[in-house]
Amino acid sequence: MKAMAVSVDDAHSLERVDQESRESVVIRFAGDSGDGMQLTGSQFTLATAIQGNDLATFPDFPAEIRAPAGTTFGVSAFQINFAAHKVLTAGDAPDVLVAMNPAALKVNIGDLPPGGTLIVDTGSFSDRNLKKAGYDANPLEDSSLEGYRLVAVDMSQNTLNAVAKFGLGQKEGLRSKNMWALGLVMWLFGRDRQPTVDWLKTKFEKREDIANANIAALNAGHAFGETAELPDGLSRRVIPHADIEPGLYRAVTGSEAMAWGLAIGADLAGLKLMFGSYPITPASPLLHILSGLKNQGVITFQAEDEIAAVCSAIGASYAGAIGATSSSGPGIALKAEAMGLAVVAELPLVIVNTQRAGPSTGMPTKTEQSDLMQAMYGRNGDTPIPVLSAHSPSSCFEVAIEAVRIATKYMTPVMVLADGYLANASEPWRVPDVATLEKFPVDFRTETEGFQPYLRDPDTLSRPWAIPGTPGLEHRIGGIEKDYDSGNISYDPANHQRMTEVRAAKVAGIANDIPEQAVTFGDASGSLVVVGWGSTFGPIDQAVRKARAMGRDVSHVHVTHLNPFPRNLEELLSGYDRILVPEMNSGQLVRMLRADFLLRAEGLNKVSGQPFKVSEILTAIDAALES
Amino acid sequence: MTVDTPVAKLKPNDFASDQEVRWCPGCGDYAILKGVQKTLADIGAQRENTVFVSGIGCSSRLPYYMSTYGFHTIHGRAPAFVTGVKMANPDLDVWMVTGDGDGLSIGGNHLLHILRRNVDVQILLFNNEIYGLTKGQFSPTSRVGTRSPSTPMGSIDAPVKPCAVALGCGARFVARAVDTSIKHLTSVLATAHAHKGASFVEIYQNCIVYNDDVFAEFTDRAVAADRQITVEHSKPLIFGANGDKGLRFLPGTMALEVVTIGEDGVTEADILVHDQTNHSLAMLLANMTGPDFPVAIGVLYCDPRPTYERAAHGQIAQAVEKNTSDWNDVLRRGHTWEIEDAPLD
Repeated sequence: MKAMAVSVDDAHSLERVDQESRESVVIRFAGDSGDGMQLTGSQFTLATAIQGNDLATFPDFPAEIRAPAGTTFGVSAFQINFAAHKVLTAGDAPDVLVAMNPAALKVNIGDLPPGGTLIVDTGSFSDRNLKKAGYDANPLEDSSLEGYRLVAVDMSQNTLNAVAKFGLGQKEGLRSKNMWALGLVMWLFGRDRQPTVDWLKTKFEKREDIANANIAALNAGHAFGETAELPDGLSRRVIPHADIEPGLYRAVTGSEAMAWGLAIGADLAGLKLMFGSYPITPASPLLHILSGLKNQGVITFQAEDEIAAVCSAIGASYAGAIGATSSSGPGIALKAEAMGLAVVAELPLVIVNTQRAGPSTGMPTKTEQSDLMQAMYGRNGDTPIPVLSAHSPSSCFEVAIEAVRIATKYMTPVMVLADGYLANASEPWRVPDVATLEKFPVDFRTETEGFQPYLRDPDTLSRPWAIPGTPGLEHRIGGIEKDYDSGNISYDPANHQRMTEVRAAKVAGIANDIPEQAVTFGDASGSLVVVGWGSTFGPIDQAVRKARAMGRDVSHVHVTHLNPFPRNLEELLSGYDRILVPEMNSGQLVRMLRADFLLRAEGLNKVSGQPFKVSEILTAIDAALES
Repeated sequence: MTVDTPVAKLKPNDFASDQEVRWCPGCGDYAILKGVQKTLADIGAQRENTVFVSGIGCSSRLPYYMSTYGFHTIHGRAPAFVTGVKMANPDLDVWMVTGDGDGLSIGGNHLLHILRRNVDVQILLFNNEIYGLTKGQFSPTSRVGTRSPSTPMGSIDAPVKPCAVALGCGARFVARAVDTSIKHLTSVLATAHAHKGASFVEIYQNCIVYNDDVFAEFTDRAVAADRQITVEHSKPLIFGANGDKGLRFLPGTMALEVVTIGEDGVTEADILVHDQTNHSLAMLLANMTGPDFPVAIGVLYCDPRPTYERAAHGQIAQAVEKNTSDWNDVLRRGHTWEIEDAPLD
């Protein structure tokens, strides 16, 4: 198989004219993991969304809760791309880098293009911190930062001055440093501080002094922007509104959208949701959010381990709820045997895999999409299950609902693939009216006449769902092979063949119940198609749009239903001369396309724990078209 | 669930499914199956509300032979399935069937957690001190020195005592019975059923093929009266063919001793009275082994507290009662903003 590898370091090798870039800005906030960079980023995001820009974000933080302060491996960053037009990625390279300490500078400066704006807290550039970051000399004092628009300001001291009147100690006072930085950046881009002020008042409701200190720091940073002399070429910029579909919007992370989708999906099916889960990065937020929805009748269960989590969900489905579970790769591996039971017992189940970099523990906070093969084949026996993927934070909502629909209609476990990037990233979301969502109520079997536990619906090949508590339908199920209709234990060779085939046919038949594959952007045939799945959507779409703007014959096809594939996918892809499949793995979808369709698809593979950059895909598009 | 018309009381045979029972001839499981079916008839169980959940192993085939709802799951994980069933529908009457390998080896973790959480279920652990279905390897309850295909020179692992494990896990009901003592077994099972919460019952079960007579030293008719003590709440801990042996605290220690009434000035008044709410006593009784001590059967410990699923649903009910928001409100909570037509300035 031919595959191109992406070099992570060639981000700036492409100099392309980008009309849109004038109306878009990428900011990266970077600091120690205790500096509150994720909070700073999310507050800037909120202010930006309210201002009417479209945006995308990329939180990037270490696995350690509190890595040793000042070290490079403790650096936490939050990147936001906002614009006057549609934004699909968090941006390749920052225009503005805020570095709260030497380690943050060291880790991130390589990504800042020449001429970029660099804001640093000089107060943190002590000998000790420089040494911890691995600097022999202070980069602020040698020539190494020439070529950037450097705003070197003692944020630490300015913050302490601003909060002095609230009587906090030095350590507590310095905690407001991130708000000072936020204030300065808000001034630079004309953001309204009021939502952040409101948020601080609510968050520190019981510590008014801390709320006031943070607000004072925010205002002081803002005032600094107004009064200080900034470097040449650096001035206040206001990005115009994006042309966004009218409606009510909110910011949503993939975890929020997924949780709401599961719970509302259960509602649309007329069922209770029983969510059994075990804490694991980056999947835990799903458990947290659903646990907070008891007031909507959601049942959650923090199990003793991953296996118990999935088994409890299957038990709940057996008893007539919709059972769902979630994890990340290593935990999904532990759930494999139980998923096989759900396949044979033919019970509905939704499994969400928030993928992370593997193998084994891998890099828990870094993103990857390397569990597609695991989702497809990671069980003993011939054990097909439907697999869906979300392509953006907000799309997790529809995908979760679709998973509940398929699981209950076809009495099957369904795997939903998200990833660490989707789970943590946020984007503006036009909030749907739940009343308008299509219901798919479940009919439990109650009729005793002619009942057999495995007698199938001729259209869906699905067996009846007869739940304990129903008189006259008492029956036994389990993991031993079943007789075709009665569901009794059967070791008959011909029966096993028939059961294996019907389980596969049931899943394959779902292709008739899902939309045909549409061309995401571009033409229905041509020289090149870029095929993607999952969170590569943003960079692929941007790259294809740019390439087409430059006259390239390239289109984008993004696949949500990975098993079964949409029924027209083979025919559609056959209409292009070449097929390029960028994936954050070593080539998994590309392998499936080649195996299923005998198509000569080529991979573009990146496994650095970081999302694709638009430029990386553009380069590959050019290479594919030129070869 | 309410029943409008009186339901005819079911007989033990009404709880048998139409499936042929496939344990080895002479297996102790047959007796336990009969005991379970009789218990269900005795307590007036309804088939449609009764669910048997099992793991993997000889014992775990039991659900197939019941005419109730049944779920034969995967090795060791039955407790997790049970928890899911009860979380989804707390009104179901759930029985869990497991063995010494299924429950204490591969499923030890889950047994710990279902007991400490106190999910309302009757847990029947068939202990035959051997792996039967996989052809005779030693199990977590096998005695040191057990010769098996995987321990040709004798096992070296120290065995666990299931009832002591259950007590250590925080179980609120712990009992023990013997497969062939059907009358006692059914009374223990009925008591376990009456206890709301996780009721743990260890059943000594003879594996006629791989570990025959492993319990004979205290279950043989000839010796049972002297080698077993049937404990009952509020009754003195007396045993023996002549009813003259008893248990008391060895003075100055936290240990038991066997004494004979009428010898060394011991009278019946010196004998301990069983208190099933005394956790320390239960632990001592659970750990007794021959030949110096009798093996305790009956309800060793029973001290109920609220069940897990009721607590969980109690929180949900409380949250639902206070709730005034619907899904549309949930999605719109926090910061939202309106984008109007033609937003370009």
